[in-house]
Amino acid sequence: MNRFLLPLAAFALVAIVLGVGIRNVDTKGVVASPLIGRAAPAFVLPNLLDPEAPFDSRSMAGRWYALNVWGTWCVECRVEHGTLVAARQAGQLPIIGLNWKDDGASAIAWLAQLGDPYEATAVDAEGRVAIDFGVYGAPETFLIDPQGVVVHKHIGPLSTEVWERDFVARAAAK
Amino acid sequence: MNARAFTLALVTSCLYAAALPAIDTTELPDPVLQERYETLTHELRCMQCQNQSIADSPVGLAADLRREVADQLMAGKTDAEIRDYMAARYGDFILFRPRLSARTAWLWALPGVLLLAGGVIAWRIVRQRSRLAANDPDFNADDPER
Repeated sequence: MNRFLLPLAAFALVAIVLGVGIRNVDTKGVVASPLIGRAAPAFVLPNLLDPEAPFDSRSMAGRWYALNVWGTWCVECRVEHGTLVAARQAGQLPIIGLNWKDDGASAIAWLAQLGDPYEATAVDAEGRVAIDFGVYGAPETFLIDPQGVVVHKHIGPLSTEVWERDFVARAAAK
Repeated sequence: MNARAFTLALVTSCLYAAALPAIDTTELPDPVLQERYETLTHELRCMQCQNQSIADSPVGLAADLRREVADQLMAGKTDAEIRDYMAARYGDFILFRPRLSARTAWLWALPGVLLLAGGVIAWRIVRQRSRLAANDPDFNADDPER
């Protein structure tokens, strides 16, 4: 009995470690944001479609909204764009765009061609606001509550299902 | 390929590698700052590629983070402040050297625990063997191989 105990314990340990690894395989490479539960960084940036009126994140105080980080160089952003346009048409939740390190003319052309899902698009040409939000790959989408606290972050393209479940439902529940 | 051609190919490829442009060409005016800059950028993970430091990565975000490190060094921030700044935004994952916290304590303690456990096991085996040897009437201390 005793001589099997050690190998058995070693096997159990390996099995547990591998088991945890397999369970987490979906989220491998996805880094949890330390921003969840904290105040979203405040920012003022130029407005893509209205150079006269800079976008100030404080103007969103008192409302739930989604902040969507995108760029015309980002292939996956094109994948999720339809979901966002449909969301705006349904009027579920205002979406603010953060146009990350992009060419202004291309960004305007993109919105004209594919539809504009954003209530406003802030232009982060230098990527400093994106750093404040801990953005490391577009598309990323943050859900921000009326007090300005980050409630949720989604990395990668949004499907309608994820949008409804993780954004619309959360905003409606509270 | 004969030996001479091989040597030539080897030397040429080394020269080629040396001629590749460095990814990071930032130069700070103060050599002390420059050294801290290089240490810090090698300690911060490129979040897009994840197994490279921001010093070694050619992607845009790594360049932005290097610029951030350089700006903060020039503004007189300490290394710890810069690390905290990065970890507050990207999480501890951005630090190649994990900080000591409740979550990472086991990571730091594990090598010591394993060493201790190995030592205890080795000591018990040695003690057991010597006791067996002492109880063995055939054992000849002058010739343990027998």
